[in-house]
Amino acid sequence: MFTWLLRRLFQACFVVLAMTIIVFIGVHVIGNPVDILISPEADQAERAKIIAEMGLDRPLWQQYAYFLGGALHGDLGRSFVFNEPALKLIGGRMPATLELAVTAVLMSMCFGIPLGLYAGLKPNGILGRVIMSGSILGFSLPSFWVGLMLIMTFAVQLGWLPSTGRGETAEILGVRWSFLTWDGLRHMAMPALNLSLYNISLVLRLTRAGVRETLPMDYIKFARAKGLSPARVIFVHVLKNIMIPVVTVLGLELGTTIAFAVVTESVFAWPGMGKLIIDSINVLDRPVIVAYLMMIVLIFITINLVVDILYTVLDPRVRLETKA
Amino acid sequence: MSETAVPNHPVEESPFRRFVAEFAASKVALFGLAVFVLIALLAIFANWIGPQNPYDLAQLDIMDGRLPPGSKSVAGYTYLLGTDDQGRDMFSGMLYGLRISLAVGVGSAIFAACVGTTLGLLAAFFGRRIDTIVMRVVDLQLSFPSILVALMILAVLGKSVTNVVLALVIVEWAGYARNVRAIAMVERKREYIEAAACLALPWRRIVFRHLLPNCLPPLIVIATQQVARAIALEATLSFLGLGVPITEPSLGLLIANGYQYMLSGKYWISFYPGLALLVTIVSINLVGDHLRDVLNPRLKR
Amino acid sequence: MVWGFRVLTRAMAILAVSAIGVRAQTLTIASSAPVTSMDPHYHTLTPNISAHGHIFDRLIDQDAAGRMIPNLALSWTLRDDRTWELKLRDAKFHDGSAFTAEDVAYTLARVPTVKNSPASFQIYTRAVIGTEILDPHTILLKTAAPYPLLPQDLLQVFMLPHKLGAEPANEDFNNGKNTIGTGPFRFVSYQPGSRIALDRNDLYWGAKPHWAHVDYRLISNEAARTASLLAGDVGIIEFVPPADLAKLRQDPKIVLSEIVSNRSIYLWLDHAHDGTMPEVTGPNGEVLPKNPLKDLRVRQALSLAINRAGIVDRVMEGAAIPTKQYLPPGNSNHVNDLLPDPYQPDRAKQLLTEAGFPNGFRIVLHGPNDRYVNDAKIVQAVAQMWQRIGVQTTVDTMPWSSYATRAGKQEFAAFLLGWGVNSGEGTNPLRAQIATWNPERGLGTANRGRYSNPAVDALLDKAMTTMDRGERDKIVLQTMKLAMNDVPAIMLHLQKNIWATRKGLTYVARVDEETRATGVMESKP
Repeated sequence: MFTWLLRRLFQACFVVLAMTIIVFIGVHVIGNPVDILISPEADQAERAKIIAEMGLDRPLWQQYAYFLGGALHGDLGRSFVFNEPALKLIGGRMPATLELAVTAVLMSMCFGIPLGLYAGLKPNGILGRVIMSGSILGFSLPSFWVGLMLIMTFAVQLGWLPSTGRGETAEILGVRWSFLTWDGLRHMAMPALNLSLYNISLVLRLTRAGVRETLPMDYIKFARAKGLSPARVIFVHVLKNIMIPVVTVLGLELGTTIAFAVVTESVFAWPGMGKLIIDSINVLDRPVIVAYLMMIVLIFITINLVVDILYTVLDPRVRLETKA
Repeated sequence: MSETAVPNHPVEESPFRRFVAEFAASKVALFGLAVFVLIALLAIFANWIGPQNPYDLAQLDIMDGRLPPGSKSVAGYTYLLGTDDQGRDMFSGMLYGLRISLAVGVGSAIFAACVGTTLGLLAAFFGRRIDTIVMRVVDLQLSFPSILVALMILAVLGKSVTNVVLALVIVEWAGYARNVRAIAMVERKREYIEAAACLALPWRRIVFRHLLPNCLPPLIVIATQQVARAIALEATLSFLGLGVPITEPSLGLLIANGYQYMLSGKYWISFYPGLALLVTIVSINLVGDHLRDVLNPRLKR
Repeated sequence: MVWGFRVLTRAMAILAVSAIGVRAQTLTIASSAPVTSMDPHYHTLTPNISAHGHIFDRLIDQDAAGRMIPNLALSWTLRDDRTWELKLRDAKFHDGSAFTAEDVAYTLARVPTVKNSPASFQIYTRAVIGTEILDPHTILLKTAAPYPLLPQDLLQVFMLPHKLGAEPANEDFNNGKNTIGTGPFRFVSYQPGSRIALDRNDLYWGAKPHWAHVDYRLISNEAARTASLLAGDVGIIEFVPPADLAKLRQDPKIVLSEIVSNRSIYLWLDHAHDGTMPEVTGPNGEVLPKNPLKDLRVRQALSLAINRAGIVDRVMEGAAIPTKQYLPPGNSNHVNDLLPDPYQPDRAKQLLTEAGFPNGFRIVLHGPNDRYVNDAKIVQAVAQMWQRIGVQTTVDTMPWSSYATRAGKQEFAAFLLGWGVNSGEGTNPLRAQIATWNPERGLGTANRGRYSNPAVDALLDKAMTTMDRGERDKIVLQTMKLAMNDVPAIMLHLQKNIWATRKGLTYVARVDEETRATGVMESKP
């Protein structure tokens, strides 16, 4: 187990390294941040000064070496645009995105698993069919479109929820969270729903597929024959067996949800990381892009690790590869 | 694909006929298939059906822009579903847009599924180094926001439908690989794989004839959703200004263009393409859902 | 339980606050683009300047129509060709200290020293080579050469108190430690990419601001901005998207205010390539020996082919006026007899034939898709119109991040750009855009088409050394007319700046695009 963990960590370092190289080359290919940021009225001396201050006057490999040197000391560089350390900038926005993504994933489990169970147990019932057809809406409508519809309905027409922004926040351990206040929760409701729609239908469909597949299996028939209550059969035996794909996908989707919150954050003016990264890409703010991606890669690696460990808990047939 | 997908059970009739018979048993799935075929035909024959070539700028006139459904054009014909801001006939635009969206959605899903499934299976079957390499590349890939991937491809290769497909494949394959590997990890420990291994069957045969069919059911759930998601993702890329060329709008781009008119009551610019998108995706999923049940070896007892 | 109780009290506190009408004193502004720093000398960006104007004051300000008015400086006069004398008003900084000439000298010296600035305010202070304080309310500014535009440059420079000392840290502006100005509002908090909170400055030297609190929010998505106004969550939004104009005009709960801006939208044409230009080919795709865009008749034809009224009406939904120059009617540098090119496709075809292109040619028209109002749509509309005179046009749009670099490398033959004249003064676009590219002298720095006309350059040099305003205006008008009739770029339209407020509020629309809380009034019932 320990060597396995150590190996995974070692591999993670390589992934992060490869990622930074790709970003450095990628951003370099897309364009020059100086062209985007600088005032078009600046003369040559001012232009040269800014390029030198950003370190863009050196060859790319030197810029990369310089970045690596800083990264070893925990310094990922300063944002070209905000002139703040990139890590601090991202850290300031991360809670907003994290709470949104976690809420969205929780919502997708709360709605997706029960609905999927029902649709799987009663595949030919009217309600079961309605649930399945409804779930298609969840991933076929573009989220920016649904987002605006939600705003138009709940904020403009009905006036129940605030239209945009993050609302009141309260502090825990020096981090500001909005799920701790009523106003914050009200602000979070629509964006979280918007973000979770895709996941709800994904979980719903995976659960249904799993139930349909598990029910005819021998051990379920056996459990029934043994006289176990239907509830116990469903919630212990069936559910346990279908959790693997659900956990895999949800684990995967938490990371994806964080990375893809861009659109929801843009439509709801939610001040999170996704908004920051899309703004940073737009002005080619490389230090922020690199730092953000390093963070996301680390989150992904952690999630994958947890998912792999969860497998062993959920399904004893899978053993972690420990032999070297 | 369908050849390998057919379950390798001892059967009394030809596998293909049995497959057709089982599929036809569901009226809903047949209806879905009929709608999908109709949509595909509409898309393929868009040139003949559409009254206007919406990709030929010379045929558009901004003075006809944003006309409501049923308006007459300067050229004499009627804009059945109105026009968009460029004076593009929405009906023709949707037919052509369907073609692009289908090509993008189906094309990217097929390519991504092939690449992702193969790598996922190999990773699960061989484990060790191959598994490590594939899964770390997956980690790397999944952590890249699709917007950044699209932006890089756009910058290097220029904007085109092919490049959008390429971007979507690069974005999506890792998801397949991750899921397929997870399922295959469970399957490869099962008795029938061990039995196959004992028979010293070549690994290709074990992986593609034995492991793959048993990984298919969840894979098809994901794949049918991915077609839909690819189409929706392409719409999102268009919304962010990174999708297909603006003069050759896909359904997604039409919706994204109409998005800004949603508050102003000019509903038709995004409503009809949205409806077309919805019908397409629902039909794909009706077929996909049933296909999954038919193809599932475990549901057949 | 404690937690639950705190949530409850907090919720009650919020309800209470909105109930006792403190809200009536709070103005919520929805801005369209992020403020990148609270340091007023960090980034020459309109959203920054717009936000900073609440906290800091300039020496000279602009009224809503863009005319210069005294602010911290009561007067600015020339002592000799190279020395300006400024008389300063009595004002107090937010910390209670008095504003004096020392602060002016300090600010002008500080601007070029700001570290890591991606777009320095140095361009506005570089003309000043020395200052001399005569008394606390009088200061002399010296320039190396006669420089008539110093007052216009000072419009962009916010005054800081000298007691911030040498090199005040950039970060300390974001947390409020250094954010001390003489403006109508004082700094409360800044959340990057989200909101800025401001309180009324009771020490303000001018009329007491109406609003006790200002909540300055960022809502960059256009539809979301309009929706939040419709929902009543904000009082005023800036940059109202043209698509929503028709609807908002009919809404009884919404009031619009608009003014023609100094921001022009135009198509640059390539003048850099004399010979073959890869993006311009013959009607069948064959390589052309010479760049046709160097021929005035071709440029005129491309301009006459465009139905500007159509674009303004259909694409911009009335939120623009057609133009052939950089500044709007009413501005002293607007040439009255330089009218927008009419829509004459037949004349355009004839000109193309005369130029040797009876069958037209092929061209790629580029545009950004995330930069200017309806940029990608304008490009498509122009392409339609060029098709009609036989110029086979391919449209290529991309995000500004890759567009800016490529446009700056002269890769494009025809491409859409915009230019906002912050100072409202005519030599600004002429120097940056029309003058021959000469980065050492800071001329033609934004001349991305590499247009060059020695006659224009000579006139411009003359204007830049003419200190008398009336005399200079005459030369500027002459230069503008000479240049624009040579069609260096195809001018399309001037955008309108449009704000929308909830009913009960009014805003005085500003030429300079700034959204100022002091301009938002509660209308008398």
